[in-house]
Amino acid sequence: MSVRHAMLALLSEGPKYGLQLREEFEARTGEVWPLNVGQVYATLQRLERDGLVESDGTSDEGPRKAFLITPEGEQELARWLRRPPDLSSPPRDELVMKVLVALYVPAADVHAVIQAHRRYLVELMQQWTRIKADDTGSDLSMSLAVDAELFRLDSVVRWLDAAEARVNRAAAEPSAIRMSEDEAPAPLPWRRRGAGVRR
Amino acid sequence: MSMLELLGVSKSYGEGSTQVHALRDVSLTVDEGAMVAVMGPSGSGKSTLLTIAGTLEAPSSGEVLIAGQPVSTVSRGTKAALRRRVIGYVFQDFNLLPGLTAAENVSLPLELDGLSARKARVAGLKALDRLGLGGRAAHYPDQLSGGERQRVAIARAMVGDRRLLLADEPSGALDSANAQAVMHLLHDACKEAGMTAVVVTHDAQLASWADRVVFLRDGQVTDQTDPAPGPESLLHTEPNQ
Repeated sequence: MSVRHAMLALLSEGPKYGLQLREEFEARTGEVWPLNVGQVYATLQRLERDGLVESDGTSDEGPRKAFLITPEGEQELARWLRRPPDLSSPPRDELVMKVLVALYVPAADVHAVIQAHRRYLVELMQQWTRIKADDTGSDLSMSLAVDAELFRLDSVVRWLDAAEARVNRAAAEPSAIRMSEDEAPAPLPWRRRGAGVRR
Repeated sequence: MSMLELLGVSKSYGEGSTQVHALRDVSLTVDEGAMVAVMGPSGSGKSTLLTIAGTLEAPSSGEVLIAGQPVSTVSRGTKAALRRRVIGYVFQDFNLLPGLTAAENVSLPLELDGLSARKARVAGLKALDRLGLGGRAAHYPDQLSGGERQRVAIARAMVGDRRLLLADEPSGALDSANAQAVMHLLHDACKEAGMTAVVVTHDAQLASWADRVVFLRDGQVTDQTDPAPGPESLLHTEPNQ
């Protein structure tokens, strides 16, 4: 999410001061995305330059300067809300790489590698879940942000579980492994496609 | 004080070439008031661990201590009393008796233990109330949703003075929101009602409700999580662009 569009979203409710925008931004992103004041004013200046917001005309650059969204800003916000983020090429995932590499390093125990990552992920999930345990449910944004993080981490644990099961099956049936001396492993799909690697 | 201790517990079934080692030298200590999750793939020995911890099965070797009492040295009668009075079991498929109301299901273990029907009913209603099911006491299991049925099963596992909850995939038959709610209840049972819980699950999101997660693989404890730092460490990190 861009700060730019977050500011437009907050201003779509009505005119606001710079400091107010920063406070509301933090409140609504569930405190997981703190901003500094400089970022807020720099963003507002760019939005004003692009004609997406207007200020009240005072020369004061401080927290008492009021901003309001323009019709062009409203349109840009509507476009942004419906525009899917680019998820077409897989992100370069360090964890996936480490597990793949562990398969071919003779001294590496792939199970131990998988477990080290699994434990770390579950420990992180325990921390997020503690926020949930203390949550009264009154802060919807916070609950949604915590859920999103838990689902993301959970999907990685599930991949590790599936990877471990696949490694076990491959070990039980060595003939099923495609690796042989004259058969190099197929390039990874996103490499083969030559698509830009996204992080 | 530790509520449950497994010391070098092994369990094998069958003999010779057909012998299966379900658990190998498992040691686990669960302190009073703690919630521990046991995670592992199917066939890793999770359910065997729970049945042995619940004295429903004896280990091939090793010792189980419940509230400091070594299970192998107590009489059959004492063991049965432990199962009736100290340990509560929660299963994936709830195991409620269809012909009994929620209140009757919950008070049944106390009645079987010799408590008067009236006292058992009072205790049953109290347990249901604690899980927010006071208004459902007169309903039969088929009049309850899946989430409500599991809450009745948890109330039954907590009724009376039970202190150790053993739950085998308690959320397995529930949708994601109800599964989370069940784990939240088990968490609160430990933190607020002073219960101790061991929960077996293969689901990381559910396991993350526990204070500690123990990983089981091929019948062995391979790893466990370190006590997690507070959630505040996740917040207010580097400002993002």
